[in-house]
Amino acid sequence: MPSVRFCLNGVETDIDADPDRSLLDILRGQLGMTGPHFGCGAGECGACNVMIGDRAVAACDTPLWSVAGKDIMPPEGLGSAEQPHPLQRAFIAEQAVQCGYCVSGILISAAALLKRNPTPTGREVKEALDGNLCRCGSHNRMVRAVLRAADEMAAR
Amino acid sequence: MSQLTPKLPASLAANPKLSSWLKFSAQGQVTVSPGKVEIGQGIVTALAQIAADELDIDISRVQMVRASTDASPNEGVTSGSLSVQQSGRAMRHACAEVRQIFLQAASERLGVAIDALDVEDGAISGPGNVTTSYWELAEEVSLDRDATPDVKAKLAARRALAGHSVQRIDIPDKVFARPRFIHDWALPDMLHGRVLRPENARAKLTGLKEDGVRAVAGLVAVARDGSFAGVVSETEHGAEAALQALRKGATWSDGEPLPDEGDLAAFLKAQPSEITVIDRRTASSPRASKRTVRRQYTRPYIAHASIAPSCAIAQWRGDRVHVWTHSQGVYLLRTDLALVLKLPAENITVEHLEGAGCYGHNAADDVALAAVLLATAAGGRPVRVQWSREGEMSNSPFGAAMAIEIEADLDAQGDIVDWRHSIWSNGHAARPGRAAQPALLAGYEQANPFPRMISTNPPQATGGGGDRNAIPLYDFPSWQIESHRLTTMPIRTSALRTLGAQGNVFAIESFLDEIATGRGEDPVAFRLRHLRDERAKDVIRAVAKRAKWKPEKRIGIGYGMAFARYKNTGAYCAVVAEIEGAEEISVRKLTLAVDVGEAINPDGVINQIEGGAIQATSWVLKERVRFDRRRITSTNWTEYPILRFSEVPDIEVELIQRPETDPVGAGEAAHGPVTAAIANAVFDALGVRVRHLPFTRDSLIAAMETMT
Repeated sequence: MPSVRFCLNGVETDIDADPDRSLLDILRGQLGMTGPHFGCGAGECGACNVMIGDRAVAACDTPLWSVAGKDIMPPEGLGSAEQPHPLQRAFIAEQAVQCGYCVSGILISAAALLKRNPTPTGREVKEALDGNLCRCGSHNRMVRAVLRAADEMAAR
Repeated sequence: MSQLTPKLPASLAANPKLSSWLKFSAQGQVTVSPGKVEIGQGIVTALAQIAADELDIDISRVQMVRASTDASPNEGVTSGSLSVQQSGRAMRHACAEVRQIFLQAASERLGVAIDALDVEDGAISGPGNVTTSYWELAEEVSLDRDATPDVKAKLAARRALAGHSVQRIDIPDKVFARPRFIHDWALPDMLHGRVLRPENARAKLTGLKEDGVRAVAGLVAVARDGSFAGVVSETEHGAEAALQALRKGATWSDGEPLPDEGDLAAFLKAQPSEITVIDRRTASSPRASKRTVRRQYTRPYIAHASIAPSCAIAQWRGDRVHVWTHSQGVYLLRTDLALVLKLPAENITVEHLEGAGCYGHNAADDVALAAVLLATAAGGRPVRVQWSREGEMSNSPFGAAMAIEIEADLDAQGDIVDWRHSIWSNGHAARPGRAAQPALLAGYEQANPFPRMISTNPPQATGGGGDRNAIPLYDFPSWQIESHRLTTMPIRTSALRTLGAQGNVFAIESFLDEIATGRGEDPVAFRLRHLRDERAKDVIRAVAKRAKWKPEKRIGIGYGMAFARYKNTGAYCAVVAEIEGAEEISVRKLTLAVDVGEAINPDGVINQIEGGAIQATSWVLKERVRFDRRRITSTNWTEYPILRFSEVPDIEVELIQRPETDPVGAGEAAHGPVTAAIANAVFDALGVRVRHLPFTRDSLIAAMETMT
């Protein structure tokens, strides 16, 4: 079995698997990381978004071979209760969740946005999150939370 | 004067043992065990608030237990916006009584009268610095006793937590990507299963060659029972690969024909049905009718379209099975599993784990049976089964399509003198656990199948089904409300948020708008003139004020308003919609005023209202289950689009707080009025009445072509 090497949350990682398998399948299966969620399997909902380099990418339709040599950050890499990312703090402060199944992918899309545009407008946040679906209707709270995190990061 | 005898709240009367609701530990924790479940609505937090408040403890001492048939009170199903109303009331009563029991024990131990004792964060103290605590008394105080009716909960003014916004206790796990959903649950030695389903509706499995699937790495078992078939594998990836191989070896019958999607109203009206007169009012002195106006409204089948496909885990140990599920009703699911498995219910444990947002009877129960059936071939190992996106969008029950006809007789002034409302629809409920036959998909597919359940409607006394919200709250002199429930069901329907209320409120409030504007009367004034309930008038006045009704006319922009009280007994909600449109409609802003009585967690209520408003906007602008004559075709997000971030309106919610009034749920209050407010705003902007959901470009063009 060929091996694919990539950098996962800053750690060099080798995976022996069919390189055509999806990155989501590898992350959730072999690597036991359940932060990226399965939603559609077709790159249509964003629930499985992970950061690859500086971009938010749906892991479900990303083949393993395509991430060789890349930096990958699933939602688990964003922060923790002890060391939260400003986005995580803001999502809690704004209570920007109903069921929360989509939220890990949305946090990744938002983190990618703030990397390339640290001071987005509300419209820009909405555009950046347009590939993420939320069925419960928490959209406006999430947009507020992203803007709040951006403000906090700018103030530092 | 007769005094009302105090009664236990219904949930507590059904589960009176106090220890089934609450347990105290010597270490300073209270375990709270409700029968209702978290489905993304924040109920667990609201119940924790109520418990902590009534017991006078810090909310961090409360540990909420997930519902399980092994230990939890049986509170039926978590649905109908009833959780705060039912579980909350029971919890408040149980906690108030438990507090009294502890105070009695403290009084005896300390030799101080009960009235002189005080509780602060579980510490009980009295005059002369005597102290004890719940924790100290936990071992000696038995809660294995039944609740009694005459217990008084705290006065509203003394509540420190309930009525205040508290951060939801489930959110940190979700934001920090810690496993909390059933989808992320891993049990030791867990296997993975997948179910094979036909493309064509209700096709039967006529042949299954297994040689291909036998060659797939990791395969543990192939299961088949009639038209139910599936695979079990060591890994999820292996299960997917095995399913693909199994599909190649499967042959199917043609299936059963589906209706003509292009003319749902004709289909619904042509089907055999059971007619019920829901309500009738006779005028004491009938006024003369000058003319009659008749309008027809339709809504399509609507998908739950949860963001996660349904998932369940099952594990057999001998003749006992343990099931993990995101079902809305663990006991009800157990009842149906017992029917299918022909096992006593005691052999089955059903335990809740959170799933993605649940908006009614989706596939959670179906996948649970699939997991149980596949796990029979797993040698005692747990089997996790997850549906595909396609399966979720085509095999889950849908919200029922509706055709609604309203006819009004108007007098010379254009005022309503008689009102007739007729509904044609499948029933809106075929939930598990309520009939002599199961309501689970695989149960219809087995070699000895159960008959497919035809959906029915709950009676008006519990909110009604297709007829929900069909009885006007307005003071029309006379009316007749009639429901035609289809007795055939080619497309499976069951409970989706609001049941028939979205359709009925859309019809009533659109029609009223038409009558009001026809008279040249302001729609707000028209409604206020016809309502007698002050709480109803209050939300309408509040929303009118907040939205500065009616804003000045601008080209391409329209404003519409609508009102409903959910189920006619629940939350009051009035909406003003601002839309922009020409060929396509976008909703710019929704302003809502809401009265849920006592709002336990005001921010939680606002969150629910916002969510309901956005979901309703999505239904109105986009959603429609698509099918041809053989199969459901809207099986992905491209074919079944929902509202995206860039399309979501701004939303303002005004909450009218009534701390002294019993709380009701908020999750379904907004859908009906938002739908009608958007329709009325479309008329305001474009001068056209759209009466068929969803309001897509095609339906707008059709409405303009047939303008009356």
